[in-house]
Amino acid sequence: MALLEVRDLAVDYLTDRGTPLHAVEGVSFHLEEGRSLGLVGESGCGKTTVMMALLRLLPQEGRIVGGQVLFEGRDLLRLSEAEMRRVRWHQIAMVFQGAMNALNPVRTIESQIVEALTWHGLARSVQAARQRAGELLELVGIPAHRGRQYPHQYSGGMRQRAVIAMALACNPRILIADEPTTALDVMIQAQILELLEGLQRDLRLALVLVTHDLGIVAESCDEVLVMYGGVVAEYASSDAIFNTPRHPYTQRLLQAFPDVEEPGTALASIPGNPPRLDALPPGCRFEPRCHRRLQVCAAAPPPAIEIASGHWVSCYQAEAEP
Amino acid sequence: MAAISKFVRNPMGVIGTGMLLVVVCVALLAPELAPYDPQARLQVTPADILAPPDAQHLLGRDDAGRDVLSQLLYGARVSLIVGFTASFMSMIIGTTVGLVAGYFGGRVGNALMRVVDFLMVIPDLPLMLVIIAVMGRGLLNIILVIGLLGWTYTARLVRSQVLTVRERQYVLRARAIGASHMHIIWHHIFPQVLPLVIAQAVLDISVAILEESSLAFLGLGDPTLISWGTMLNFAFERAISAQAWWFLLPPGFAIVWVSLSLILIGNTLDQIVNPRLRSHHLFDARRMVNIQNSG
Amino acid sequence: MKQGNYLLRKISFAAMTLLAVVVFNFFLFRILPGDPVRLIIHSPRMTRQAQERIQTAFGLDKPIWFNGERLRQGDLVGAFDTQFTAYLRNLLRGELGISFATRRDVSDLLKERVWRTVVLVTGGDLLAIFLGMALGLVAAWRRGSRLDMGILLGALFTWALPTFFLGIILLILARGHLPVGGMATPGLKPEDGLKYWLDVGRHLILPTLTMAIVYTSEYLLIMRSGVMEVLAEDYILTARAKGLSTLRILRDHALKNAMLPMVTLIALTFGYTVGGAIQVETVFSWPGLGRLMYEAVQKRDYPVLQGTFLLLAVSVILANLLADLLYTLLDPRVKAE
Repeated sequence: MALLEVRDLAVDYLTDRGTPLHAVEGVSFHLEEGRSLGLVGESGCGKTTVMMALLRLLPQEGRIVGGQVLFEGRDLLRLSEAEMRRVRWHQIAMVFQGAMNALNPVRTIESQIVEALTWHGLARSVQAARQRAGELLELVGIPAHRGRQYPHQYSGGMRQRAVIAMALACNPRILIADEPTTALDVMIQAQILELLEGLQRDLRLALVLVTHDLGIVAESCDEVLVMYGGVVAEYASSDAIFNTPRHPYTQRLLQAFPDVEEPGTALASIPGNPPRLDALPPGCRFEPRCHRRLQVCAAAPPPAIEIASGHWVSCYQAEAEP
Repeated sequence: MAAISKFVRNPMGVIGTGMLLVVVCVALLAPELAPYDPQARLQVTPADILAPPDAQHLLGRDDAGRDVLSQLLYGARVSLIVGFTASFMSMIIGTTVGLVAGYFGGRVGNALMRVVDFLMVIPDLPLMLVIIAVMGRGLLNIILVIGLLGWTYTARLVRSQVLTVRERQYVLRARAIGASHMHIIWHHIFPQVLPLVIAQAVLDISVAILEESSLAFLGLGDPTLISWGTMLNFAFERAISAQAWWFLLPPGFAIVWVSLSLILIGNTLDQIVNPRLRSHHLFDARRMVNIQNSG
Repeated sequence: MKQGNYLLRKISFAAMTLLAVVVFNFFLFRILPGDPVRLIIHSPRMTRQAQERIQTAFGLDKPIWFNGERLRQGDLVGAFDTQFTAYLRNLLRGELGISFATRRDVSDLLKERVWRTVVLVTGGDLLAIFLGMALGLVAAWRRGSRLDMGILLGALFTWALPTFFLGIILLILARGHLPVGGMATPGLKPEDGLKYWLDVGRHLILPTLTMAIVYTSEYLLIMRSGVMEVLAEDYILTARAKGLSTLRILRDHALKNAMLPMVTLIALTFGYTVGGAIQVETVFSWPGLGRLMYEAVQKRDYPVLQGTFLLLAVSVILANLLADLLYTLLDPRVKAE
């Protein structure tokens, strides 16, 4: 049984005008203990929405309208809010985009970590909790005594690490990190990724890395879920995605990234724009921009086909040679 | 303009405007509407003193036998005049000070803001009491005192807005191509500042009206004019033991009516000019999962 | 040290403001036509003794603020032998003049009445702070709901109500049930012990309630917008992701963050609160500083007016300074490392 199995997840956003936007549809994937999944796609493709839906933390207009989120066999979508609160952080923790602001500026770092521990009843006393907080900070490379400082006294990279330490406080089974390295400089980026990989190894932590940066995915992820316009384009192991991509979008995406081994090739960009959620094409969501589109593509959305073991593609031409 | 349509769609704004229009009409048409001349010398009998409402005097009579309703209608004039004039004065002074302090900065700017801080710290009503007691009662004095003490909030507001706008791209570009200060202030900075100033000015009018009524209630109103505050001053001193509620309550409610109308308008303008986020993270999440089961 | 610098600036600002108020107070009363201090001298109500005392104490035979003659004589220090310096000297000695109306020392009058106003203002303000913050928090949390709308409209309505008028309304409503004037029922004295103090307490109810209602709206509106801003911040989302309950988040994150600006707000509105006290004391005949000021205005008792204004202004300045100091202690972002 997989640690986390998501089946056919669908999320809508309600609008003032009445008709809801179908932001995410038919998303399925699974995650095993100690493995890492990369969630990639352009801005607005729905990857953050999927992530937030897992913990039921969508904004006020968000509605999960279909699917299942099976964590250790239990469907999280069927839990009450109170039950869900016990799952949050304790079983599945999250590091948000722009984590620099995720910390309360008028409370010490330590107190915010302690809060997580005491709320989930994981510390025998406040002393013990503070001790543990110190250990967690050391784990991410921050001297324990600095726990008594305030967020504004930390640098951006340190705050990011502190937020990761806080996320690990309750020994979660899964850690979801949304763009953990955006807005950080390259050196810090490398440090953070190394840290996450190390944690994955040592703690058997399952990792979901949401990012638009394929380089990070290639570095750190075992499986990759490529999203486009709110649906899954391709879902396969990292090797398969990089070596034998089958979805036209994935192929173009890879072409858009500079390849160190072929420095002279021009970068290809994909003409056109991502689909507007209030004006979705009737067929495949990528069809308007696809370089290999056929008439059938505009007629109805393509089903997800498993072209090889664990390699899923949503394209009518999935089995054809690229 | 987009702002006007937003205003019209907001019930608070519409109600407030309606309420204000009523007062303005009353003030303008007081001579037509009032059944009696409130300042006329009357022949009164003792029975007329503090007489309760009847058919001839819908709101009864005051401690000198005069018609309360007529006084009420004329009282609107003083409130509106003081309110609008004092607020206008505050608006001009405050905007000028804020623009200068924000745009030019430096020692002049700092000195100006010290003056602002200084005026903000001194308690308003005691200061006004003392000044009017010394300078003498009169409409002009009241307007001056309220206007000259009320500009500080606007000044702060304008200055902080100017500081923000001053660093924007289009201003920096204008300076780079050698545009004069006046040009930049007038064309780039002032339009960004004006909406906030107007929203604040409307609220300032209500504050001015409340301050005038407090001064009048405490005995410092213009003795030659009828204002709601002076009515309440007489009513409180002479009518309260007689429980003449018709003399006591209408002027007060009139003050509430006009200041509430301005507050509603001002609040609506503020919402338009300073749009706030419409939701936050702490909502009831019970409706988030909405899976329609089919069988 | 950033913190030290900040404090120093605030203290020197308070000192300058105090000085400015003192100077202003002096000059304002000297520009009256028929200088009131001179009026005392010729007032038939003054005894010869009192007149002479005032003459010397206020240096009325000397120039107002600059003694040119002494300077010409080569006497530099003497150049400052003026009414103004006499005034400053008197201030430092606590000598504030003599009331026209009652012939008592102004400072005695102030001393007698000050605690009565303190009790009223403190009680009313504390109640207002508590109610305002609680209602503001709830309104912001339940943003957009009917509860929020109701609370907001209630606050706006109260804001539009003149303080003295609210007092009048409560007075009319409570007539017969609660005492409506004065500090104690005539006949009772402090020597009567508990009975007296309970009576004073009953007399305090309406005025305190009036103050509380008026100032609640002020605190409520600011708290509400402050909390709304806080609740939209990222760290609140993090708190939810941690699995914290709504109440926990309100208590441990929202409240703390929104309360910080309240400290400065309380000080800023203190000036406004003092103005309200004048109105409330007048309506309820509560014999404090506010009522004293009202009576002084009625009777043109300028020394009392001058003295009361000085005391009130100084209190507000000091209260603001205190709030600034408190703020530096509370906000970690202002604290030096």
